[in-house]
Amino acid sequence: MKYVLNGESHETPDPLSVLDLLSRFDLRSRRVAVAINAEVVPKSRFAEVYVRDGDKVEVIHAVGGGA
Amino acid sequence: MSSSYRLGDLELHSRLIIGTGKYKSFEENRHALDASGAEMITVAVRRLDLSTRSAGSLLDWIPPDRFHILPNTAGCTTANEAVTTARLARELLDTKLVKLEVIGDPRTLFPDTTATLEAARILVADGFTVLPYITDDPVACMRLEEMGCAAVMPLGAPIGSGLGIRNPANIRIILESVSCPVIVDAGVGTASDAAIAMELGCTAVLMNSGIAGAKDPIKMAHAMKLAVEAGRAAYEAGRMPRRLHAQASSPEQGLIDLS
Repeated sequence: MKYVLNGESHETPDPLSVLDLLSRFDLRSRRVAVAINAEVVPKSRFAEVYVRDGDKVEVIHAVGGGA
Repeated sequence: MSSSYRLGDLELHSRLIIGTGKYKSFEENRHALDASGAEMITVAVRRLDLSTRSAGSLLDWIPPDRFHILPNTAGCTTANEAVTTARLARELLDTKLVKLEVIGDPRTLFPDTTATLEAARILVADGFTVLPYITDDPVACMRLEEMGCAAVMPLGAPIGSGLGIRNPANIRIILESVSCPVIVDAGVGTASDAAIAMELGCTAVLMNSGIAGAKDPIKMAHAMKLAVEAGRAAYEAGRMPRRLHAQASSPEQGLIDLS
């Protein structure tokens, strides 16, 4: 299965929930939000939503900004 | 002490809202925030850089339990992008607040009014407390208020320009045209600019570059706090009428004959 995470291509043979993905990239302890194909995945569903072949995943966080 | 005001469900006392961009460090940012007395700060949401993910986080320095965090949709150029960004920010920060920005032109960073109105309608329906950045266009502000935005945020001048309140007449017309809070967002370059916005009767002022771009951001943050408080107090006090000619303030009777 191929997927794109924050613009970079990745491949894995395993089924991958959003929670698995965050673990794989050592992001479990970070305050992040996730969108798959431009749809927000609620935190409460990280364990049950799976990344599918071809998905575009965005993991975002808060950064300094004004306007 | 000037009066408090409301944005959606929030009651706020400080009329200065500041950004968190362009600071040299999280530490400088935090000191400027403390010097400003601001209760609400803006943040942007961006992709996490997976190669530097061990770096510190803004929210370690600016804890969301101590400040109201106002996520923006900066960088979005379509209504759809802005709506999705707002929803991601809501999920990230557990807030209904959003500083809605839909940029229409990358050179001037002027907002796309049509797309801003479209995104505002969707986000209000979705339960957000929408604070839209908009040009100093009274009709656009009226439409945004009608849609249910919690405030309107006309620019004083282009983002990051520091040119001050370029069209105070339009800001006055906006103040007459809407009953929701009016927050000047963008353009404030120094303390007098902030005071002018407040003397016009604006509810608050939002700025980033005016503080972060100063030689001493922490001192400027304090200057902006004083300017916003002074400007608000002067507005509430009601200024004297302007007169073309002098009017002596010492008695004209009983002048001493010293000839």
